[in-house]
Amino acid sequence: MENVTTAEQIAHAEHGHEEHELSFLQTYVFSQDHKVIGIQYAVTAMLFLLFGFSLMMLMRWSLAFPGASLPVIGNLLGQTNAPGGIMLPEFYNQLGAMHGTIMVFLGVVPLAVGGFGNFVLPLQIGAPDMAFPKLNMFSYWAFFLGGVVMIASFFAPGGAANSGWTSYAPLSVIATQGQTWWLIGMIFLITSSLLGAINFIVTAIQLRAPGLSFMRLPFFVWAQLVTAFLLLLAFPPLEAAGVLQLMDRLVGTSFFMPAGLVVTDQPLEYSGGGSPLLWQHLFWFLAHPEVYVLILPAMGIVAEIVATNTRKPLWGYKALVGSLVFLGFMSFVVWAHHMFMTGMGTTMSSFFQTTTMIISIPSVVILSALFISLYGGSIRFPVPMLFALAFLPMFGIGGLTGLPLGLSAPDLHFHDTYYVIGHFHYVVAPGTILALFAGIYHWYPKATGRVMNELLGKIHFWGSFIAMNVVFMPMFITGLAGVNRRLYDGGLEYAHAQDVLGWNVVSSYGAWALGFFQIFFIFNFFWSIRHGKQVDDNPWKATTLEWQAPSPPPHGNFTTPPEVHRGPYEYSVPGAATDFTMQGQASDPDPEPAQV
Amino acid sequence: MEIPYTVAERPDTGLNNVKLGIWLFLASEVMLFGGLFSAYILLRMGATEWPLGSTLLNVPIGTFNTAVLIGSSVTMVMAHASLKLGNFDKFRLYMGLTILLAFTFLGVKGYEYWEKITHDHLPAQNTYLAIYWTLTGLHGLHIVGGIIVNSYFWGPGSAMWRTKREQFINRVEAAGLYWHFVDLVWIFLFPVLYLL
Ligand code: HEM
Ligand SMILES: [Cu+2]
Repeated sequence: MENVTTAEQIAHAEHGHEEHELSFLQTYVFSQDHKVIGIQYAVTAMLFLLFGFSLMMLMRWSLAFPGASLPVIGNLLGQTNAPGGIMLPEFYNQLGAMHGTIMVFLGVVPLAVGGFGNFVLPLQIGAPDMAFPKLNMFSYWAFFLGGVVMIASFFAPGGAANSGWTSYAPLSVIATQGQTWWLIGMIFLITSSLLGAINFIVTAIQLRAPGLSFMRLPFFVWAQLVTAFLLLLAFPPLEAAGVLQLMDRLVGTSFFMPAGLVVTDQPLEYSGGGSPLLWQHLFWFLAHPEVYVLILPAMGIVAEIVATNTRKPLWGYKALVGSLVFLGFMSFVVWAHHMFMTGMGTTMSSFFQTTTMIISIPSVVILSALFISLYGGSIRFPVPMLFALAFLPMFGIGGLTGLPLGLSAPDLHFHDTYYVIGHFHYVVAPGTILALFAGIYHWYPKATGRVMNELLGKIHFWGSFIAMNVVFMPMFITGLAGVNRRLYDGGLEYAHAQDVLGWNVVSSYGAWALGFFQIFFIFNFFWSIRHGKQVDDNPWKATTLEWQAPSPPPHGNFTTPPEVHRGPYEYSVPGAATDFTMQGQASDPDPEPAQV
Repeated sequence: MEIPYTVAERPDTGLNNVKLGIWLFLASEVMLFGGLFSAYILLRMGATEWPLGSTLLNVPIGTFNTAVLIGSSVTMVMAHASLKLGNFDKFRLYMGLTILLAFTFLGVKGYEYWEKITHDHLPAQNTYLAIYWTLTGLHGLHIVGGIIVNSYFWGPGSAMWRTKREQFINRVEAAGLYWHFVDLVWIFLFPVLYLL
């Protein structure tokens, strides 16, 4: 650290600053700097997360109190959506489809990959920027446009897409115009992801600092690298499927339309010969790898924070990396475990149930390694560590409840019930979302030079952690009772649901409480920009390269080009001067200082 | 600030950024067309009847167009090779020819489309025609993309030849890789749609 403050280097840095005067637009709007783009991604994605979450808070009203008039807000939704403040099922369906789409494609992925990947990855590998800065800018703006199209679709005739985030055909083909907007929005988002993925892979492979071999990469970089490969290879088939569905909707082809469909006594004018199953295959070929896109960056974030705050190296770094890569490969051959109930045949089911069991192994290895990393550490508990620690058991619950779903026999019972909703929300909400919060608290000082307020952070953590469990735990109960996941009234009409209807109310109060506790975060996030406690470049005393750069890092990131001399997690090395040895620190020829 | 390895190869990976980038892009394109081809296979396997391509499409014209595209790949290679030999005029000539051949392809394709339309062979008619229009249409869009990129390097982009020679050659090479890929897709499309 001392070596970056010599007068010569400061002069050099200032000189670098004078070289190019950028206009306001170039600096903050059409920026090509990975840090600005990362923050743009993160802030935009958080706004989408808030919006998508609000849709869900509305849905929770209908589920808890079906048929009751929603006070105040109900009247703002418009007479076509909620006459007299009572939400129509058609409107509920729009909310459901858009909640899923927004949370996955506009919220979590852009935050985890676009936000954290952009901001942290180049810093962690000691690069001055991404490999293709201009392309980086384009991918942000493609994402932004895709988001605008998605949101605008609420104003289309018939409202937004309403066939679920999975857009199953033939329902989606005959759905209202909002579906077309959805497809066009998706094409923008896919383009954005593809450009981003290429950029991340090239950056991680080509721009590593001297000495930073692959096995010295921080786990976060590995996670982003594998994620980028998933995005690169899994998204194009969905793009293909999107184009085919657009053709079905606009040109009248029958890619997904079987012959002889009759809707409200009217035979549809389609030549037929298409296959609804084809859509599901193409969709899940993307969407299963996509769920790993949702989880892997989260694991990367958690791994960094766990290592930093246990003051000891990650346990089993090689096994972690191996499992990660294996997971990446396997995630391409499990997709049809979402389709056990489609009648695709028992041979197919057996195959995909086997691959699903196999893919659970690396997931368990990663989780176990992170747990074991805690053992024997001298753990500190700053806010990011609280979130990271909560991630571990929550992801555990999510993963374990996935196992019965992966076996085709029990899945017959669970499929399309609230159990599935419980399962995947445990992995993405108390799992990934908590990990993303952890990351925000952890890297905030790098972006601003200040830490976020500790007390507000703790309130936010405990409130969110408890509320999330109140939201999602009851779903296992309603799901086991067999309540279908897509009913706007939460099962009111069904005899088998009567005993568990009360849990819908519990869940809803949990959701609104969760919303309440986010206020602490939002306030903290903005307040700390100016009023947070000022800290030095390495407030957590961490080892990886990003903490060697100034906070916030200047254009070009490092005052001196970094060089790497060791692995990523040299904490508490016996005989070292401090309990952390930074990756960029040259080996000390004279071991004497250790005694001081 | 300079991004390292935009032009020079990184010694341990043996690649520069542009080349790795274009290969990754092509990998995603393989998945795109792979997805479409698997859709074709699945639909065809499930179909009760499937028209023979040669009864609906004009095979000689398709063959001609295949030759045109293969020719354009050759001229593309020549264009890149001319740059490597330092002969800028030859580059302009061969790149111009590549673009011309691409336009020829599109013209012929347009004629085929027009024929289909006048015979009322529209995509909504049956699954075979749906596949035909969608696949050739997407491929056509890729050709248009290639024409735009190649024209840029033929025209305004070629100013780089005087300022950043190495980088220009690199970019043309990347454009060439893309162009060969677009040809390759057609080499699969042609037998699948016209002959089988
Ligand atoms: C670790 C082992 C896991 C197994 C064995 C597993 C298994 C499954 C299975 C079989 C289904 C389909 C259930 C059905 O529709 O009947 C499913 C649904 C789902 N899983 Fe998992 N899963 C695992 C981990 C994850 C992870 C890590 C994520 C995401 C971060 C995830 C996200 C989802 C989502 C989003 C769905 C529901 C999609 C939908 O139908 O809308 N799962 N899981
Ligand atoms: Cu899956």
